[in-house]
Amino acid sequence: MDGIIEIGPLRLLFAYGFLLLVLFFTRKQGIGKEKEIIISTIRMTLQLIIMGYILVYIFDQSNVLVTILIFVVMVTFAIRNIFSRVKTFMNKRLRRVVVISMLTGTVVTTFYFLLLVINLDPWYEPRYFIPIAGMVIGNSMTGIALGTERLLGEMKSRKQLVEGALMLGATPRDATMGITRDVFTSAIMPTINSMVGMGIIFLPGMMTGQILAGISPLVAIEYQIAIMLGILGAVSITLFMLTRLGYQTFFNKWSQLEDMEE
Amino acid sequence: MFQLINVAYKNIIQVDDLEIKQGEITCIVGESGSGKTTLLKLLNHLVDYKQGEIFYRGKELKGLDAVMHRRQVVLLPQTPVVFPGNIRDNLLVGLIYSDKEIVEGRILLDALKDVGLEKKLEEDADKLSGGEKQRLALARVLLMEPEVLLLDEPTSALDEDTETVITEYICSYLEKGNKTIIMVTHSRALAKKLGKMIVTVNNGKIISIEEGPANGWNN
Repeated sequence: MDGIIEIGPLRLLFAYGFLLLVLFFTRKQGIGKEKEIIISTIRMTLQLIIMGYILVYIFDQSNVLVTILIFVVMVTFAIRNIFSRVKTFMNKRLRRVVVISMLTGTVVTTFYFLLLVINLDPWYEPRYFIPIAGMVIGNSMTGIALGTERLLGEMKSRKQLVEGALMLGATPRDATMGITRDVFTSAIMPTINSMVGMGIIFLPGMMTGQILAGISPLVAIEYQIAIMLGILGAVSITLFMLTRLGYQTFFNKWSQLEDMEE
Repeated sequence: MFQLINVAYKNIIQVDDLEIKQGEITCIVGESGSGKTTLLKLLNHLVDYKQGEIFYRGKELKGLDAVMHRRQVVLLPQTPVVFPGNIRDNLLVGLIYSDKEIVEGRILLDALKDVGLEKKLEEDADKLSGGEKQRLALARVLLMEPEVLLLDEPTSALDEDTETVITEYICSYLEKGNKTIIMVTHSRALAKKLGKMIVTVNNGKIISIEEGPANGWNN
């Protein structure tokens, strides 16, 4: 069998059978979430249809400015998402560090990946640039949101230890060394764990998509291996920046702990 | 050694004029919540005073490197801080933080003995009792041999007999030459016994500065 089987609008309707099934179960169980489920499904459908048309237009254009604009929009939304996901109060300096870390991690990794690993020409070819940037940005976003929440939590819960170290003449960096190590480890673990299960427990989305699109599984795994390493790189650069710069935002110029409350 | 002029920190403490001399024991007494601990934190430059000036050896604290200052003017808090690890790790951490030479095990055991702790260096520090933790934290700062020791109720978790022994040992630190001790205590009797100068704090204000009847440890 060559090429891809197109689903088409009519058979796509059959997929909505699953929605009916969910609605049936939730009603039967008295969960009372039918409205949310219907709204979420409509939102998902509309967002993807709009995105589909936008991508068709962008792919046809293949314009450097449009590609850069999309990248900026994706990073901006990701940063907004991080700020809304982190529930603990963040001061302005830490917010700035989150922005710098996200930009560094995603820009360095995306361009390294496209230019050296894929050897993309022209480098802004949206068919490659946008999905790869999306994966890099999405994973960095999850990593840094986890890391920031953890950093804030640990700085609060281990305040006495940090202050105790400062009293003995520790630099802020030494006083927070244990915390920054824990933050880095805990935030990178989900990425490492997902690598361990890959290929055995599940087939990753990008690889599945490529296989369905008729690409040889051997080519698909090449892409998957490369993108996973790219994601690992992006998350680690982002977290390195977060921990290396982030701890400083808790101290003033006399290496005193700043007030952590709003 | 220290001079405080019109220093205020939040609504906790206000010091109009205070001079603390080198080579002496100065005791700070007062009710709990009167601002004694905050005064020590100010001298350690652990908190930022928005008003006034604090001079250490003639130089304003805000113009000094705060980390280097804290390596010379070390603060021992009332609630002892125990770092993750064993007793050895906890004794060495002060020397490591302050970039000082690491000492060998025999010296660490002696330091423990001096504060009345007969423990193995490999024991988990977190398993010690409150009083033992307090003595471990004291041994840690004494190993650092700072110029000024800021002690916040260093014997509060000890029984009376141990308190006397440890207090006398702390005071003998002055004999190392040119060392200064500033000690917060709730016990006026202890302050009178040891302090060359006794500063009484009440409701965030210094209400009296007097010379100790014992005229200091050395006498």
